Amino acid sequence: MLDVILFGAFPYVAVVLFVGVSIQRYRREPFTYSSLSTQFLESRNLFWGSVPFHVGVLVLFFGHLLGFMFPRQVMLWNAMPARLFILEVSALICGILTIVGLVGLILRRARSARLRVNTSVNDILVYIALLCSIITGLWVALSLRWGSAWYTHTIVPYLQSLIVMQPDIQRVAELPLAARLHIISAFALFSLFSFTRLVHIIVAPVPYLWRPTQLVIWNRDRKTTSGA
Amino acid sequence: MDVRSQISMVFHLDKCIGCHTCSVACKNVWTDRRGAEYMWWNNVETKPGTGYPTKWEDQEKYKGGFEKKNGGVDLRAVGRIRGAATVFHNPSLPIIDDYYEPFTYTYEDLINAPEGADQPVAKPISMITGEPMKIEAGPNWDDDLGGSPIYAANDPNLDALSSEERTALFEVQRLVFFYLPRICNHCANPACVASCPSGALYKRGEDGIVLLNQERCRGWRFCVTACPYKKTYFNWGTGKSEKCILCYPRLESGQAPACFHSCVGRIRYLGNLLYDADQIVDAINRPDHELVEAQRDMILDPFDPAVIAAARANGLAPDVIEAAQRSPVYKFVKLWSLALPLHAEHRTLPMLFYVPPLLPMMASVGDGIYDTSIDQFLGTIDSYRLPLKYMASLFGAGNEAPVRHALRKQLATRMYRRQVTTDDLEEANVRLALSETDTTAEQAEAIYRLTSLAPFDERFVIPPMHREEAIEMLGDTADAKGLTGLGFREGPQRGA
Repeated sequence: MLDVILFGAFPYVAVVLFVGVSIQRYRREPFTYSSLSTQFLESRNLFWGSVPFHVGVLVLFFGHLLGFMFPRQVMLWNAMPARLFILEVSALICGILTIVGLVGLILRRARSARLRVNTSVNDILVYIALLCSIITGLWVALSLRWGSAWYTHTIVPYLQSLIVMQPDIQRVAELPLAARLHIISAFALFSLFSFTRLVHIIVAPVPYLWRPTQLVIWNRDRKTTSGA
Repeated sequence: MDVRSQISMVFHLDKCIGCHTCSVACKNVWTDRRGAEYMWWNNVETKPGTGYPTKWEDQEKYKGGFEKKNGGVDLRAVGRIRGAATVFHNPSLPIIDDYYEPFTYTYEDLINAPEGADQPVAKPISMITGEPMKIEAGPNWDDDLGGSPIYAANDPNLDALSSEERTALFEVQRLVFFYLPRICNHCANPACVASCPSGALYKRGEDGIVLLNQERCRGWRFCVTACPYKKTYFNWGTGKSEKCILCYPRLESGQAPACFHSCVGRIRYLGNLLYDADQIVDAINRPDHELVEAQRDMILDPFDPAVIAAARANGLAPDVIEAAQRSPVYKFVKLWSLALPLHAEHRTLPMLFYVPPLLPMMASVGDGIYDTSIDQFLGTIDSYRLPLKYMASLFGAGNEAPVRHALRKQLATRMYRRQVTTDDLEEANVRLALSETDTTAEQAEAIYRLTSLAPFDERFVIPPMHREEAIEMLGDTADAKGLTGLGFREGPQRGA
């Protein structure tokens, strides 16, 4: 029964919260969408936390996403043991970068009086959720090696079954504890997402790369009004 | 010709007494909030000095503004590529300590302290942490050259001087300073707007005011780095950037901005300019020494029938054009070439102009005695106590010519007025001074009047903002006929 709740129902709750609340918040409270940077209050230690964390977590996120979208190609890549080894070691290095960065960020926040007064309950929740995901992820990487090989016939079919609304719980219910915890913490992160500063991910400034340099906004149609 | 109207400002530095009334007026209206305590959208600096935030003019450190590179002009630090590379940690972002840690005092201790042998004192506490703190910096810490060996001596503009000139400047008998009030320049080519990854910053088409949409800002802080004047600020509480809004709600109701309205020395002038937006690209690509002139060339003559026709074709209302014709800014900047942009070398085309201070100019010192026995009335510009090179670093983008002209024209005006009132100068000298600066007697009279006598309505010519037409951005007003109202309102509901 617990498995059904955790692996059959919880993922849907997480996705509904992730999508629904994010959109609703964007429409109703656009002012609250911010990266909530604290570099202004403390800059030096931030570098050693923020940069490794973001680099690591971005590579891991897109690695997970690509693995889910192209399992066949990943299997082909892994056909040679040397390449499998390179993939796994790279992923592990990113995992270590992420945890080092995150622990650095947490220590930085805990040590600075200026940052402590500027820390909300939400900030702490984000740290806990991220820590859970990363620690369980590293646990999987270290205890259940070659995840980039075995995930194709466990996690990928499970996620696909979720998408077609027929959760195949058996695919994951019998995985070792580390893997199951990693999955649950990932969905927990998704459900927290839209209530926290994590929303800055979905407003990442990608259009900056191609938008016009200057922005001039006219209140009225300058060619037609004010003429007479 | 793409004619636009820009609300523009002139600060007449000879008249600034450094009282900070403008700063306090602004603080009380706009930045007396958590996260914004440290912000001074309007501040007054002593020059020479390091200013606020400390050494804001040092672009080696803060990397603000545009620079010429690869045959074009790009942001110095947070352009598309460099910005993306530093988005997780921006090495050229000023932090709170570059400004100062905001503080207050435990005033309640003065009243609530238990009876004791000593007088109770109000201890300084941080407005960030609430903890007791030692105050070591403030927004005008180097006011009137306080601590000048540390502050004034490190003014980046002094790099233009030789070491002898620098030493001479800080001899006690020669010490000299003036005040530099600063607000957002509402640039024609704003670096903050160019740098904003979220597109939250924008320039208002109708009046050129640069604003920051709080609902679109995501706190990436590129604007703080990009502004070479450090006039966008990061609110550490809300996680959003903020800046001077030129009191647009006041302007829209025909009132001067708070800092202008409260100015004790009456140094501030406000009015609109018509300028040709098509010339922006050309102007910002000129070499440094041509920048001041290129910006002046952009400004159009509001009496020229061709300009008026182009302005009307561009949707500018007749009364806006008429306001431009009465604009004191137009006179100071274009007609008289008296007012110059601050640090034009950053290529943002700042639309706040400064009349460089003529005083204190006399009194060279020999044997510790002030020598005022000069042949020529008020001496010459080259014996100026603040070297012209220094003023050129501030107001000429390194070029002395426009600064020299502005100072000599002011001098000619003073000589003319001296002759009118006391008639003790050689008439030939006065005429020579006037003709050398292309000043007619009528013009000298007009400069004198606008500088010294101008009442409120001549100093502030606020063009009508036509906000009544802004409703049309929400939709056709005819469509809303018979409904509950216009704008963002929701329908009336019973109960609840």
